[in-house]
Amino acid sequence: MENLLGLFDFGFFRNAFLAALLASITCGIIGTYIVSRRMVFISGGITHASFGGIGMGYYFGFDPILGAVVFGIISALGVEFFTKKADLREDSAIAMLWSLGMAIGIIFIFLTPGYAPNLMSYLFGNILTVSKADLIFMFLLSLIIIGFFAAFYRMILFVSFDEEFALTNNVPVRLFNAILISLVALTIVVNIRVVGIILVISLLTIPQAIANLFTKQFYPMLIASIFSGFIGSMIGLVLSYHYDIPSGAAIIFTLVVLYGLLKSFFLIRIKYSIKSRK
Amino acid sequence: MGPLLEIRNLSAGYESTMILHNINLTVNPLDFIGVIGPNGGGKTTLLKTILGLLVPMSGKIVFDESMNFNGSYRIGYLPQMSHIDRKFPISVFDVVRSGLMSRSRIFSKYSTAENERANFILSEMGIYPIRDKAIGELSGGQIQRTLLCRALVNEPKLLILDEPNTYVDNRFERELYEKLKLLNEKLAILLVSHDLGTISTYVKSFACVNGSLHYHPGNELTPELLQAYECPIQIISHGEIPHTVLYNHHS
Repeated sequence: MENLLGLFDFGFFRNAFLAALLASITCGIIGTYIVSRRMVFISGGITHASFGGIGMGYYFGFDPILGAVVFGIISALGVEFFTKKADLREDSAIAMLWSLGMAIGIIFIFLTPGYAPNLMSYLFGNILTVSKADLIFMFLLSLIIIGFFAAFYRMILFVSFDEEFALTNNVPVRLFNAILISLVALTIVVNIRVVGIILVISLLTIPQAIANLFTKQFYPMLIASIFSGFIGSMIGLVLSYHYDIPSGAAIIFTLVVLYGLLKSFFLIRIKYSIKSRK
Repeated sequence: MGPLLEIRNLSAGYESTMILHNINLTVNPLDFIGVIGPNGGGKTTLLKTILGLLVPMSGKIVFDESMNFNGSYRIGYLPQMSHIDRKFPISVFDVVRSGLMSRSRIFSKYSTAENERANFILSEMGIYPIRDKAIGELSGGQIQRTLLCRALVNEPKLLILDEPNTYVDNRFERELYEKLKLLNEKLAILLVSHDLGTISTYVKSFACVNGSLHYHPGNELTPELLQAYECPIQIISHGEIPHTVLYNHHS
């Protein structure tokens, strides 16, 4: 335990701790929205499309994360637009943006002369190298998300539950959808620094799956997701430091194991209670 | 009092396909209209146009001033149950309160009066005890009741129901129709259904929708009339043993 607390003497570990906390907040809230609304596939699309922006950042020499933000938001709004206006099947539109973004990213990174530094950290993330600027960005996003959900919680819930019914009440559904999908894109991009493109979708779904074991309502699910996400990332973080393994993978692995353990516990308990009733 | 709404020379549909051609319909206070017709005939298109989900291609719907409410209309809507995601994490109470949302009412806080109104309608429908349950834990009949509460919480003058009898057991179906009969003492009802046999004992008139719309005052419809109205649908009648009645043999 002393050893563990000693870790906080390191600046990088304090940053990693804060990053885990902020990631749990943003992913806990936005992930609950995604899972409830069955938007996991579109979120995967946004995640991978943002790689196009990272590639362009390398080639043109601006911050790759900035490129990822732009690509993420454009693809998020693009899917909405294409499925509504161009009469394209939604999953096909997502698949196209998904691979188009990856293709653009690969082409530009290939064209960039020399070695692309930190490329691996975008693909797999590294919570131990999160910078102060990243933390400030994450903190601001957390504030925006908390503020937005606090002010419009019920409207978000109602529009997500039954969009058509909301439309019949003349509520600004499109505007809410656009804001929310942009927040989804921002959350994804910001958390790419923590667990990487390949794993970020897990941070938006596994804590929710864990929370769903305990509750079937939106608000408790949101809170429980934040908690389980935080516990999972802290354990993963310590494991990663201790065994010198990639942090993103360690965090996701911990979360899945945590889910597996709790799920088995619930199954055994149900079995036991059925037996004892007989 | 004048009509609640008048549909005048309305044509509507999706993208390039027109489904409803030049239809007219007047809905008066305390009407109970059964909307029938074959699949693809335009029943849903008609509902969606009245609800403002579809913009008419031509013609218009004129609403009475008394129908205006906070930027939308005093219409309660009960969608088909297959439309609802039953695993969505939301409580019965919140579903009912979602019936109170409107353009000028987008912030999270609900007033005591609004919450009381939701509680009142829940008790009236007999589901107050399950108020805090998630919809995922409810039976089909309970979800249907919850959605009916949502449709009624805003004190509508017109209630629109889209095939409420699917996915519900017989017992609840009868309860629902009895409830509608009571509600009809205070508001107008537009009921879309396939089950002509059952609803004919409750509705006061019919609208046969199949591209065109034929209005039939009175609740008795014969196969001959249906044919004249270009409305080929099956008549389902109920008995001890499920049975199908076939056309007479012609020699």
